[in-house]
Amino acid sequence: MQDETGLLETFDDKVAKEIKIEPRDWMPENYRKNLIRQISQHAHSEIVGMLPEGNWITRAPSLRRKATLIAKVQDEAGHGLYLYSAAETMGITREEMVDQLLTGKAKYSSIFNYPTLTWADIGAIGWLVDGAAIMNQVPLCRTSYGPYARAMIRVCKEESFHQRQGFEILLTLCRGSNEQKDMAQDALNRWWWPSLMMFGPNDDNSPHTAQSMKWKIKRFTNDELRQKFVDICTEQAKILGLTIPDPELKWNDEKKHYDFGEINWDEFWKVVNGDGPCNSERLAARVKAHEDGKWVREAASAYAEKRNRNN
Amino acid sequence: MADQISNISTTQLFNYTLNLADNSLIMGHRLSEWTGHGPILEQDIAMSNIALDLVGQSRNFYQYAAQIKNKITPSGDGGKGTPSVDRGTTEDSLAYLRDADEFKNIILVELPNGDWGYTIAKLFFFSTWQFLLYQKLIPSSDAQLSAIAEKSLKEVTYHVRWSSEWMIRLGDGTDESHQRIQKAIDEIWNYTAELFLPSAFENACYENNIGVAVSEIKNDWTQKINDVLKEATLTSPAAVSSPLLAGKEGRHTSFLQEILDDMQYLQRTYPGCKW
Ligand SMILES: [Fe+2]
Ligand SMILES: [Fe+2]
Repeated sequence: MQDETGLLETFDDKVAKEIKIEPRDWMPENYRKNLIRQISQHAHSEIVGMLPEGNWITRAPSLRRKATLIAKVQDEAGHGLYLYSAAETMGITREEMVDQLLTGKAKYSSIFNYPTLTWADIGAIGWLVDGAAIMNQVPLCRTSYGPYARAMIRVCKEESFHQRQGFEILLTLCRGSNEQKDMAQDALNRWWWPSLMMFGPNDDNSPHTAQSMKWKIKRFTNDELRQKFVDICTEQAKILGLTIPDPELKWNDEKKHYDFGEINWDEFWKVVNGDGPCNSERLAARVKAHEDGKWVREAASAYAEKRNRNN
Repeated sequence: MADQISNISTTQLFNYTLNLADNSLIMGHRLSEWTGHGPILEQDIAMSNIALDLVGQSRNFYQYAAQIKNKITPSGDGGKGTPSVDRGTTEDSLAYLRDADEFKNIILVELPNGDWGYTIAKLFFFSTWQFLLYQKLIPSSDAQLSAIAEKSLKEVTYHVRWSSEWMIRLGDGTDESHQRIQKAIDEIWNYTAELFLPSAFENACYENNIGVAVSEIKNDWTQKINDVLKEATLTSPAAVSSPLLAGKEGRHTSFLQEILDDMQYLQRTYPGCKW
């Protein structure tokens, strides 16, 4: 039996050599805590994220769009499921995590606290929100914790599909009538800044980043990823013929990157802390689904128990 | 297609196909209202999956119905009272530009979802019926309907199994779930009568070896329902005394209008746009 120092050395060594940490391996308590927090937040985001888009399933403007949107929202439920399972390998139950979400103890991505006002929002979410998610998640496919990395590989494949679909929704609108194009521009105006906020606080204000990088949970800093996102989206917006709502956005030939304006950090923290436009609505919807489903879950376990007794 | 339907008015075949399409679409639409609100994540996914299957089926039927319609009126108009669309009738003009009284779905599928038990009971009655219907539609002399039925039957087999399992789980679960599901069955039961009452277009299609005699699947349906209810320790309600045709003939509840208000809103607000 190794002592704590020996265990930590083995752990650090594995991380350094890019050997995945698996559920049975020893890991520092903070690594475990940090990952449970991150994975469960991520799972909650997938689940809460079903709501703003689910809103438009019954109003999708064509049968093809309707089918694609149902499939997309269903994919997000699947992502939630893989992620809850990955977190469960670290010694927390799904019930505990769901309870943390419903009691407001756990956070989820703030982006889902913004409303979906028009059909173009479904396009903007796919393009920008799934796009930002991919940017954050592709590096997570190489994250040091095995079950998380494997879940992310499955998730990322579907997210890039969502991103393309969203872009295609906007492209169709942008090639349509003036009203449709206005709808697309309006959606971009509303979703652009919240999407940039998805990368989290600036690096100097991100307390977990250094440790997470060291543990290879994270591979890039928030600001690095945000820059990459801005660079890519700015080019894509040109194809759409839409204007990104940032007067300071311009190419910096020296840095070979786009410069962009400052995020409204007051708004960022307000939404994170529960005062976004839809925080209470989203949570209320999750609580309602959970409470309405209580008798169903009870029936299912009562029935399963009866079956077990009789077998 | 033309030679297969020479003995039957194309309108009857069109209506028959629309009935199949409308049933799947409206049921699928209702089930999709559960997406993101299910009682258990895994079951939320399963329900969305079934919704997706049904919307997919409806698209196949609508595409075929559009082909038929475009042959009747090559210059194309989306149906009664709708503005003509240059590309003629399409799956979307049929779904999004018809009024409620032009929809031919059975009333059962337009009923609101109620609680999980109510939705499960609706789905169980519907899927069992659809299963028997599609089975009999496979030998249809209409190659397209036959092909769609065959393809859909695999999906519906799963819908029947999944909803049967839930009927049993709820019936034989807790006292509360037993009461809830029994109440749902009793409330929905009257609406199942229409499933077996043939409309004019169903009769016409049956006589021409294209469609199914819905009255002929009633016994098998009743048998299957009773078997499952028995295993679920639930009671089968008494036969409906005087069943009426309604939905198939375009007489709907206000629930359908509510569905269409939502579903068709964008297409109606911005006519002629591509989405
Ligand atoms: Fe996702
Ligand atoms: Fe996604």
